[in-house]
Amino acid sequence: MMRPQSEEDLAGALAEATAPLRVRGGGTRDVGRPVVGDLLETGGLTGIELHEPGALTLVVRAGTPLSEVEAALDAHGQRLAFEPMDHRVLLGTGGAPTIGGVVAANVSGPRRIAVGACRDFLLGVRFVDGSGTIVKNGGRVMKNVTGYDLVKLMAGSWGCLGVLTEVSLKVLARPATEATLVATGKDAAAGVAALSAALTSPFDVTGAAHLAVEEGRSETRVRIEGMPGSVAYRIDALRAGPCAGWDVVRDDESAVLWTEVRDVAPLAARSGAVWRISVKPSDGPVLTAALAAQGIGEAALYDWGGGLVWLLVAEDGDAGAAAIRAQVAALGGHATLVRAAPATRAALPVFQPQSNGVAALDRAIRAKFDPRGILNPGLMD
Amino acid sequence: MEMPTPNQTVMAKRDKVVARLQEILPKGAVISDPAETRAYECDALTAYKCPPLCAVLPASTEEVAAILRVCHAEGVPVVPRGSGTSLAGGALPTEDCVILGVARMNAVLETDYANRFVRVQTGRTNLSVTGAVEEDGFFYAPDPSSQLACAIAGNIAMNSGGAHCLKYGVTTNNLLGVTMVLIDGTVVELGGAYLDAGGLDLLGVVCGSEGQLGVVTEATLRILRKPEGAKPVLMGFASNEVAGACVSDIIKAGVLPVAIEFMDRPCIRACEAFAGAGYPDCEALLIVEVEGAAEEIAEQLAVILEIARRHDPVELREAADADEAARIWLGRKSAFGAMGQINDYICLDGTIPVSKLPQVLRGIGELSAKYGLQVANVFHAGDGNMHPLILFDANLAGDLEKAEEMGAEILTLCVEVGGCLTGEHGVGIEKRDLMSKQFAPADLEAQMAVKDVFDPAWLLNPAKVFPLAASETRRMAAQ
Ligand SMILES: Cc1cc2nc3c(=O)[nH]c(=O)nc-3n(C[C@H](O)[C@H](O)[C@H](O)COP(=O)(O)OP(=O)(O)OC[C@H]3O[C@@H](n4cnc5c(N)ncnc54)[C@H](O)[C@@H]3O)c2cc1C
Repeated sequence: MMRPQSEEDLAGALAEATAPLRVRGGGTRDVGRPVVGDLLETGGLTGIELHEPGALTLVVRAGTPLSEVEAALDAHGQRLAFEPMDHRVLLGTGGAPTIGGVVAANVSGPRRIAVGACRDFLLGVRFVDGSGTIVKNGGRVMKNVTGYDLVKLMAGSWGCLGVLTEVSLKVLARPATEATLVATGKDAAAGVAALSAALTSPFDVTGAAHLAVEEGRSETRVRIEGMPGSVAYRIDALRAGPCAGWDVVRDDESAVLWTEVRDVAPLAARSGAVWRISVKPSDGPVLTAALAAQGIGEAALYDWGGGLVWLLVAEDGDAGAAAIRAQVAALGGHATLVRAAPATRAALPVFQPQSNGVAALDRAIRAKFDPRGILNPGLMD
Repeated sequence: MEMPTPNQTVMAKRDKVVARLQEILPKGAVISDPAETRAYECDALTAYKCPPLCAVLPASTEEVAAILRVCHAEGVPVVPRGSGTSLAGGALPTEDCVILGVARMNAVLETDYANRFVRVQTGRTNLSVTGAVEEDGFFYAPDPSSQLACAIAGNIAMNSGGAHCLKYGVTTNNLLGVTMVLIDGTVVELGGAYLDAGGLDLLGVVCGSEGQLGVVTEATLRILRKPEGAKPVLMGFASNEVAGACVSDIIKAGVLPVAIEFMDRPCIRACEAFAGAGYPDCEALLIVEVEGAAEEIAEQLAVILEIARRHDPVELREAADADEAARIWLGRKSAFGAMGQINDYICLDGTIPVSKLPQVLRGIGELSAKYGLQVANVFHAGDGNMHPLILFDANLAGDLEKAEEMGAEILTLCVEVGGCLTGEHGVGIEKRDLMSKQFAPADLEAQMAVKDVFDPAWLLNPAKVFPLAASETRRMAAQ
């Protein structure tokens, strides 16, 4: 196992590496095809280098525990607005998530629909590529178009292009209050239609989810955050419009509802494989209905107004892969098999297969950044 | 500004290239008469001009693919062009290039309110995207000041921003997908009407790649429901430092205005003389805009005004109605025009950490004295994106060079305090040779490696973005 204590150490180790490496932050996000290789841990690269609340910026070493980052932000009433999911709940993994892992997996939660994904808050990166070269891109400022945006490329590259050593993030103030409107008993199509109506209102909805987890029961949720007067105003306006008759849940009770959505908690205890499917919001229920007709799908959680479907399926055969991928290809979108036994994940492409042209670009970029194919080889194939 | 020597082999076969392009395109789509190609000899960085080999104006993705197949086979460089409003020389031709303009491709292909997106051809202008949806209460958020003219194509290539991006983000945060043609004519789809990438985020790299990775022909854009209302306040301060501190305090307080714009005294005076917006004569002005219903606006403004009062403003003016709101914005919106009336200017675009505003404004003041050139500052203060306008006289020999030299020093200062060379205008030719101030050779290598993947022969807009010396071997190898 390698656990470099500095960026230079890491660069040296990668330059000299001769065999495949399994790159790990906290080890909480065991996603992708299983990787065979020596363990390379980022846990030695820790520390917040800069937090400037008045500029909404945070610069932090990649191996820093997420909890440390969140505590530092919280002390100034700030937070990571993209609301990263805690994968431990769904995957049953241990360990402590690192900020580098959040970035490498582009982990974003319910608020993604309103404010953007992790990649949208990522201002800069430093990383060591597969040849052991230290590279920086972006910076610590809010607006930056100097050269190509490799920052976006690194977000969601799952350690396959380089090992992140430092990330700069835009942070936001935590709003004074929040409230959630809740309706029950809608089918998926009606639930998603209601979410869409709320999201096309001028009332700045920051969470829009529909949970159809148990047979015959469902819950549809819409979140509002902000200053107290504004939240009250918008709750009233929504209840006078698209959310007529919905219940209101406030503050801490509201927050709990969204932690649950963020972590896909309602599916966690159920056995089976779990897919994460991104489609056009109105296609969410279309997709699940088409799959249900083929006997695929036991429970679904729709986030992002219907555009993010977490689908629980029986983990036998290909865990529904062929049918799911055919539907997603027809509708447009992508499906990732997030939870499944290693043997299942080894036998399937875990990430959405790309069209030929895009797949060729993808492969060529990986070959440029990791010419010897030693960084998490196979994980994204 | 140095440009590479044109490829003589390409120059020699100009007629053949034109003939082949005419063969594959409808009549009128190939422009080769030197009197007409002059229309494409520059963009908004008008100090630099060069007529292209020819220009082509395709009407579809298929035509773009056919053009690129010809140019690829013949080894002819291609410079993609939207509306030619780049301030960085991004669309500046070289003598040996084909200008590929997408202006004729301006259709709205799909409008989907329930899913909050539109799909357009990229020649469509920024403002007309909003124009297509605003009657139904929606808008496309990125709003560069050039929005009446600039095209979505250029917005994507430059990752353009606007006054309201403090809340809504820049182009990359509002771009869901593109159809793009690679230099060999391959058509790829990146992203679509859904969120985030299923594999590597190639869309994220393409946005902001300044026409060097492919020609973007169609785009899926996120649209938003218009807020119920908006209201600007005008704040005047006795010094730049105080105005800068006020910006920082507003941001820290957790109210996120949609815009915080800054103007300094030279700019205020010029705008006042030009537009007569009724601005107070003071050292620094802020325009802060918030959105929402009337009671939401009042709630936010209470916090913001309370902060402003702590900084002893010389003026605090809340717009009482739409008319007053328009007057508050009038001066700011006419800033570039006002400057253009009194002088030639170059417009810089560095970004700095908001906390360094006073320091950098002081530094700019010192440089202004050293070079004997006036500078007016007008910028997006909320995100630290500065636009110092250096005033010079184009008729005075050497004045442009002096202004450019001073500009380079200002941008170097931006980098030194932790910022960057360009926040929204792009590198183009203008900042190309300053790139090594911000990036180490390995950083540039990593970026050029991406270009190698998309465009191995370096035919797309090859003389831009990277210092010529850094890209030379690659450009030469291709010839
Ligand atoms: C008065 C004025 C105010 C401005 N205000 C702002 C502002 O507030 N914010 C801001 O960000 N910018 C601003 N700009 C700069 C400019 O308008 C933007 O950079 C704009 O996005 C350029 O768009 P365009 O269509 O004119 O592109 P062009 O100038 O034609 O081209 C710009 C770049 O895009 C590439 N390109 C063009 N079409 C394609 C395509 N189809 N595929 C791939 N690459 C392509 C070109 O090769 C070039 O590198 C301003 C400019 C002016 C003149």
